[in-house]
Parts: sequence; C-alpha cells; structure tokens
Amino acid sequence: MALLEVNDIHTYYGNIHALKGVSFEVDTGEIIALIGSNGAGKTTTLRTISGLMEPREGAVYYEDEDISNTRADLLVSKGISMVPEGRGVFAKLTVEENLDMGAYIRRDSGIKDDLAGAFELFPRLEERKKQVAGTLSGGEQQMLAIARALMSKPRLLLLDEPSMGLAPVLVDGVFDTIQRIANEGVTILLVEQNAHMALQIADRGYVLQSGEVAISDTAANLQQNETVQKTYLGID
Amino acid sequence: MFKWKTDEFSWVDFTIDILRILIVLGVVVGAWNTLSSGRISFAQWVNLFAAGLSQGSIYALIALGYTLVYGILLMINFAHGEVFMAGAFSTVFLAEALNRTGFLNEQPLLAILLMIMFAGLVSMTVAILLERVAYRPLRGSPRLVPLITAIGASFFLQYTFRGLYGSGFKAYPQVRILQGAISIGDINIPVVQVFVFGSALVLMLGLYWLVERTRVGKAMRAVSENKEVARLMGIDIDWVIMFTFGVGGFLAGSAGVINGMFRPQGVNFFMGFIPGIKAFTAAVLGGIGNIPGAMLGGLFLGVIEAIGPNLVLAGLGIPGANQLKDVIAFTMLVLVLIFRPQGILGERLSEQKA
Ligand SMILES: Nc1ncnc2c1ncn2[C@@H]1O[C@H](COP(=O)(O)OP(=O)(O)OP(=O)(O)O)[C@@H](O)[C@H]1O
Ligand SMILES: [Mg+2]
Repeated sequence: MALLEVNDIHTYYGNIHALKGVSFEVDTGEIIALIGSNGAGKTTTLRTISGLMEPREGAVYYEDEDISNTRADLLVSKGISMVPEGRGVFAKLTVEENLDMGAYIRRDSGIKDDLAGAFELFPRLEERKKQVAGTLSGGEQQMLAIARALMSKPRLLLLDEPSMGLAPVLVDGVFDTIQRIANEGVTILLVEQNAHMALQIADRGYVLQSGEVAISDTAANLQQNETVQKTYLGID
Repeated sequence: MFKWKTDEFSWVDFTIDILRILIVLGVVVGAWNTLSSGRISFAQWVNLFAAGLSQGSIYALIALGYTLVYGILLMINFAHGEVFMAGAFSTVFLAEALNRTGFLNEQPLLAILLMIMFAGLVSMTVAILLERVAYRPLRGSPRLVPLITAIGASFFLQYTFRGLYGSGFKAYPQVRILQGAISIGDINIPVVQVFVFGSALVLMLGLYWLVERTRVGKAMRAVSENKEVARLMGIDIDWVIMFTFGVGGFLAGSAGVINGMFRPQGVNFFMGFIPGIKAFTAAVLGGIGNIPGAMLGGLFLGVIEAIGPNLVLAGLGIPGANQLKDVIAFTMLVLVLIFRPQGILGERLSEQKA
C-alpha cells in the first residue's frame, strides 16, 4: 500500500492551469525524486500535497485517506512535514525558537531529546541556537529548515530544492543528511533541479514537464535515460 | 537630514525642511522663555512629568492592541478605541455595585483586580467578535476595505453600547486607598498615579513574557513573520490571529479600569474615541507593529502632552496652553507621519509589504 498517492490532480493559480493531471505514488520508506525544469510544477505539486493549495480536480491520498481538502496545519499532525522552497526560516526568531515551532504540534516529553538529536545532526545549529535565524548563512538556514521540519516527527518529509543556492561543497552534505534521515525510516519526496544528486540517493523518480508527469522510472534507469541525460543531467 | 546637496530641487523637500526649522525654533524659543521666566518650579515639573507618565501608560496599554494586530495582519483596527470603551463602560456598573456593598473599600486590591479581569474579558470578547464577524471575512481583500469596515464597526459598537447602557455620563467610584499623595520634599505624587503606572507596568511585563517566552507567543511572532510557513509548522493561524485580538482587547479593557481610577469622570459610549486616536498616535510614534515601541510611544506621548503645553506653548505666549493637549497629540501624529513614518523603533507604515 502506498503511503502517498497523488491521483490525477489539477491545480490552478487563478486561471493559470499549473498542474494538468499529475499522478504518482510514494511507498513507505522510499526516497522519491521529482525533477523538472523551471516552472514545471514541482513546487505546486508539493504545495498541493501539503495542503497549502487545493486541487481543483483529482485527489491526494495519504494512508488511504483523501486529504485533498485538509488544511496544511492539520496535516502536520498526521505526519506530513515540508521544507518549503527558499527554506522559510523565521528570520526574527532564534534558532532554538525556530526548532520549537517545528515541534509546535507536540506535547510529549520527547521534545528535549529530539532537540538534542537535531543538534547532534547539525552541530552548527547548537553553536548558534540563541542567534536569530536571519543572521545564519544560507547553508545554516537550510540545515535549520530541515531540522525544524524533523521536529514534528514526520513520516513523510517533503523537500523543495534543498540544495538551491548552496555552495557546491555544502550540496554533498545536504544529500548525505537526506540519506541519513531516510535511513531513520522517514519517507522522502524530494524536489530537485540538481537531478544528478537527487537520482543518486533516490529509489525512484518522476520527471515533471509543463504540469504533467513525462517519465517515471527507477532512479537507476532514469540516470541512463537519454532524455533525462540530455535535459536534466547535462550529458550529451 | 537636510537635502541641500541633492541635484534636483524639490518644493516638497524644501517646504518640509522649512517646517522642520520652524518647529525646532518654536520649541527652543518657547522652552527658553518658559524656563527663564521661572514660572513653573522644579517640583511642578516633576508633578507634570509623573502625571504624564500615568496618562502615557494608559495610552501604551491601548496602543499595544493596535500594534499587536498590525504586527500580525498589517491592518489597523480603528475600532480598538471602542474595544477600550466596552470594557471601561461595562465595568463602571460592577464598580458601582462593589462600592454599594462596601467591598470596593474593604478589599480594594481584590476589588480592583476583579474589575480589571472583568473589563479585560468584556473587551477581549468584543475584540474577538469584531475579528470573527467584521475582519475575518475580509481577509485578503484590498486594505481599504477592512479600514472602512473598522470605522463602521466603531459606530456600531458605540451605538450598541449606548443602546445597552444609555447615553448619560457615568463616573467610577473613588477608591479610598488611592486618594492622597506621596510626598518627597515639596514634590507630591498622587497615589493613584503610582497605581496607574505600576499596574500598567505589570500588564506590559506580562505581555512581554507572553510574547517572548510562551509557545503561543512564539507562534504569534511566527505568524506575523510568515503565515504560510507558520501553517507548515502546524499552527492554526486563524486561532492565533483571534488570540492576538483577544490579548489586545484584554489590555484595552484593563486600561479602561485603570483609566477609571485615574480619571473617574466621563465614562460613556463615546469615551473610546479620543483615547483610541491618541493610542494610535502612540503606536505610530513608537513604530507600528513594534511592541516595545508602542509602550515607549505611549509613555512619550503622555509626557509630551503634560509638559509640552506648559513648556513650549505657554512660553510662546499662547493663551490657555493647557487646553491644547489634544492639539499636541494630533500635531505629533501629523509630524511623525511626515518626518518619520517608521516611528521611533519600528518599520514604515507602508502600502504594501505583505
Ligand atoms: N503564485 C503564482 N501565481 C501564478 N502562477 C504561478 C504562481 N506560482 C507558480 N505559478 C506558475 O505555475 C507553474 C508551476 O510553477 P512551480 O512553482 O510549481 O514550478 P517549479 O517546478 O517549482 O519551478 P522552479 O524550479 O522554478 O521552482 C509555472 O508556470 C508558474 O509560472
Ligand atoms: Mg519550485
């Protein structure tokens, strides 16, 4: 049974038809890559799943429940967490307060341990925990955004271009981290323009083109696919 | 500051600069005349200052409501003066009852606490209803729409309360322990002023703690910074917005009772108008959206109102200077909007930024 099933969704910005019938599945424990060029609809897909937008047609199922019209804040308690495009850290809140907000829905006593866990994963954040997030570097903000998303203890983590705008030396670190999170049992839907790195850690992948799924295959096959190589991996 | 060196000459800048010079000159000349004449003694200045601080702390409490709502919705709740009135007006009846039974003077602190709680809850309810009924349906519409609605809601509340309690003036009963004064040398500070300043301070510290230290306070700041990301954290932003209106309302209601101890007279359905505008001025003065700014702006406005007429206007030979208090406040509002729209601490009151 699929953890997440996206079934023929159509999503609009006013009259702009951004998603024209997107369908795919994510099974428990997988890392799924969603690749595509600018404006293909990757962000819109994640926004529709996370409840920030509603599909006009089609449906999103999570654990077999139709969540198409469920509010974003309620989906967090169901186990869906998203790192938005551009990171979206709260610049005026401290690092620690940002992490507290990640655990907003939780009332259990494990929050302290998980905070320690987050600092273990990203020691840089511990050094800066009293600092407001706006003063962090881009890479540190990305770590914070990921750590914050994990504080809600998600079962499904949606990541929107986590490597965007990062220096090449940091990109490897981000993908390592994603792999480690997946090893902990979190299912991952990863949107990336860096198809090369995304397909290296993914199990399967989907290629979005103009609001439609153009290709779907295992990550290994996608890496060998001629169109993918040409368009997204820069191999001629 | 001065733009002598800009390449293009602008009449607007020129006029503003002339205005600046005139204002500074007026203040300096007026203050010099007053101080050199020695008409007002040092002790009298201290008294004026203390009275200004008390009045200012009431403005500050109301101003916080404007600033909290602006911080989270970028909207000015022009019906907030009526939120203040709702608590103040409703509680005058409770105060009369407590006075009749004698409780008010037997257990003054408990009675006042009870009154503050009651007024706070009444104003909180009004503020929350206002948000639910008048503002929430309009969220996302052009900024002028909720503004006009706020003015309509203001009238609605005024006439609702007139309908409820009548149009006559009421007065808060005197509390015995708040009478009298504390004397230090030849300086006499009325006890009630100490009470006003002290209780406002406690409420403001409480607010500071709420916003800085508690889970819901952090959520308020998160929502004010980025609503969409706040939703991704699982924060119910509608609830947080409602809560914010409620907190602002509670502060306004308690300000209503504190004001009633300070200036017992003049409680009626229209009483929220002037303090509302003054507190708005204070919020803009401190930087709208900025919490410490609203506190500072309120205190500053109160002190300027108390000292300004005596210091500057009287010194310029303007008769009846003390009756020009309100003029001072509104002149300040206009001046701040012209010269420093971002206020002392805050950000610019701007058209966009959403
Ligand atoms: N706020 C918006 N208003 C109108 N149209 C939008 C809006 N956001 C996105 N779109 C349009 O929807 C389509 C899909 O955009 P989306 O942001 O999902 O693409 P993307 O694949 O995430 O692109 P990128 O790689 O640049 O992030 C694009 O054609 C875009 O122009
Ligand atoms: Mg995108």
